[in-house]
Amino acid sequence: MSQANISESEVDIVIGALHSDLTLFMNEWRPFFLRFHIIIVKDPDLKEDLQIPEGFELDVYSKSDIERVVGSSTAGLFSGYSCRYFGYLVSRKKYIVCVDDDCFPARDNMGNVVDALAEHLFNLKTPATPFFFNTLYDPFRKGADFVRGYPFSLRSGVDCALSCGLWLNQADFDAPTQALKPGVRNLRYVDAVMTVPVRTMIPVSGINIAFNREVVGPALVPALKLADEGKLRWETIEDIWSGMCVKVICDHLGLGVKTGLPYVYRTQRGSAIESLKKEWQGVKLMEDIVPFFQSLRLPQSASTAEACVAEMAKTVKEKLGQVDPLFLRAAQAMEDWVKLWASVASSTG
Amino acid sequence: MADASIAPTPLLKDELDIVIPTIRNLDFLEMWRPFFQPYHLIIVQDGDPTKTISVPDGFDYELYNRNDINRILGPRASCISFKDSACRCFGYMVSKKKYIYTIDDDCFVASDPSGKKINALEQHIKNLLCPSTPLFFNTLYDPYREGADFVRGYPFSLREGVPTAVSHGLWLNIPDYDAPTQLVKPLERNTRYVDAVLTIPKGTLFPMCGMNLAFDRDLIGPAMYFGLMGDGQPIGRYDDMWAGWCVKVICDHLGLGVKTGLPYIYHSKASNPFVNLRKEYKGIFWQEEIIPFFQNASLPKEATTVQKCYIELAKQVKDKLSKVDPYFDKLADAMVTWIEAWDELNPPTKGSVANGKA
Repeated sequence: MSQANISESEVDIVIGALHSDLTLFMNEWRPFFLRFHIIIVKDPDLKEDLQIPEGFELDVYSKSDIERVVGSSTAGLFSGYSCRYFGYLVSRKKYIVCVDDDCFPARDNMGNVVDALAEHLFNLKTPATPFFFNTLYDPFRKGADFVRGYPFSLRSGVDCALSCGLWLNQADFDAPTQALKPGVRNLRYVDAVMTVPVRTMIPVSGINIAFNREVVGPALVPALKLADEGKLRWETIEDIWSGMCVKVICDHLGLGVKTGLPYVYRTQRGSAIESLKKEWQGVKLMEDIVPFFQSLRLPQSASTAEACVAEMAKTVKEKLGQVDPLFLRAAQAMEDWVKLWASVASSTG
Repeated sequence: MADASIAPTPLLKDELDIVIPTIRNLDFLEMWRPFFQPYHLIIVQDGDPTKTISVPDGFDYELYNRNDINRILGPRASCISFKDSACRCFGYMVSKKKYIYTIDDDCFVASDPSGKKINALEQHIKNLLCPSTPLFFNTLYDPYREGADFVRGYPFSLREGVPTAVSHGLWLNIPDYDAPTQLVKPLERNTRYVDAVLTIPKGTLFPMCGMNLAFDRDLIGPAMYFGLMGDGQPIGRYDDMWAGWCVKVICDHLGLGVKTGLPYIYHSKASNPFVNLRKEYKGIFWQEEIIPFFQNASLPKEATTVQKCYIELAKQVKDKLSKVDPYFDKLADAMVTWIEAWDELNPPTKGSVANGKA
């Protein structure tokens, strides 16, 4: 059921460039990025030219490319952090790894530099176990296994479609939390990967993820834009929305989602207090978003990610449309995304 | 908002009993002395009651052997297993404290990666005293730990959490594998220290191991029945598993939390895999029916106490699992006997309220 080994030719690294100078970022990641093809998508709102060091195999897309491929009316889907979704759309590879451009390789507890790429790919190629919790976490890791009491029929697991990594230093807190605890840094390296159980919802942070594009690509939707969405993660929740869509779809299609390793080192920037003004809307909306996704059920007939997203868009319109016009726009964006996926991305190998 | 205070963990020495089943000796207590000495121990002696178990000096304890169990429970003693560490649940029943910590007599003090000895009991107390978060997964694990918090996207309305009923600790060195896995990997040792405590989400079952386990007796005690194992029974090594599945269904129903992860103890002794295989054999097949049973079990709104939930579960076990094997019929009866015995030994005090809420 799972991949024996994932080869470089099956992977694209997608980077959403929200900063123009990617020199340090690319050089720090060089040992790990070098063997892969890279797609860099420039935030359409970024004015300066991108600075990218030599030596990588890459394709760079900017505003004009986005408009050419999807048309100027739909190009609005891809601003800010959502520019990366354009990379998912145009990729022709089976797997995508995506990291924010303010993150660097982390070190583990032994002081070794973490190869986040390799760890994400390991997560994706080994089975996930969503139907029963293994108290020793990922049973497929070296030195671990299923514990006593774990039903044998559930030990082959299911395909892992999404791998959610974590962050040392600047953790992915929301603005109120970071504003109240400005000095808190995440120093705890938790040496575990685990499968998120079926029907359990999690806030998927887009900062450090990898996924099986062939199976769930359409499920990562650039849909939810806050009215005051900004260029700091505190000022967005597009990835949280996208992650909930993916989790519901994975649960429905019998696929797995893992969380934990790998860590990246996230640099600190911005002011949480300033961001509070923008993100408060996001924090408020989560109160409606979470119950919605927790109770969302998809019809049996929806057997692909595209079909699932189309169904979800309908339900978002019905159930969340009155709560906030933002959700109506999200539903529309989801419908547009499915159409885009069908026309632009469907020629994938 | 998670509390960032670093106040010392309360000892709770008058509110917690340590329950230890044993058939050998209690030499291992020497190693635990710095951590256990303030506490009252309840020792449940399994096996031959004519043997004398010697307890190291300086510990405050009560000891029960099979004769005591028979004397105290009379005919209801039939629900307590004989010749199996499942008998430990008798200790839960006779305790008068709010919290229980149970540990096996081959579990030693572990060291963390810095070499520091781990006070497992202190970590369990921390786990029990702070809330659980079963309704939404926090990707940074326990948000109440120092240096952690709820991540972006975690709804504020869920940040208070729910009361923690169970703290399930883990084991370095000999991992808790089943017999087939032990046979295939006899040399595997768990050397990975995972520095996390996390809440097991609502609706998710897990294999609860009784080697290093703490719980709030007031919140969930009556559900901690370790079943019919050992002498005269067709199955062994499923005592804690059975309790864990019942406990999780009831905790989910009553809005209580179950945590797993830290603390680690050092599990020193590997049991004989061939002996284990014989004990577990039927369980390996039965578990394929048992798991869907628990996954689909639902409790009625009117079941607002642990006892009511447990009696209802016993009914469902009799209805749905007896066809798997007549053992489950006996087990369902024993579950009811256990609750009767529990209630007799623990009569509700005046003004006590229904534990948990549906």
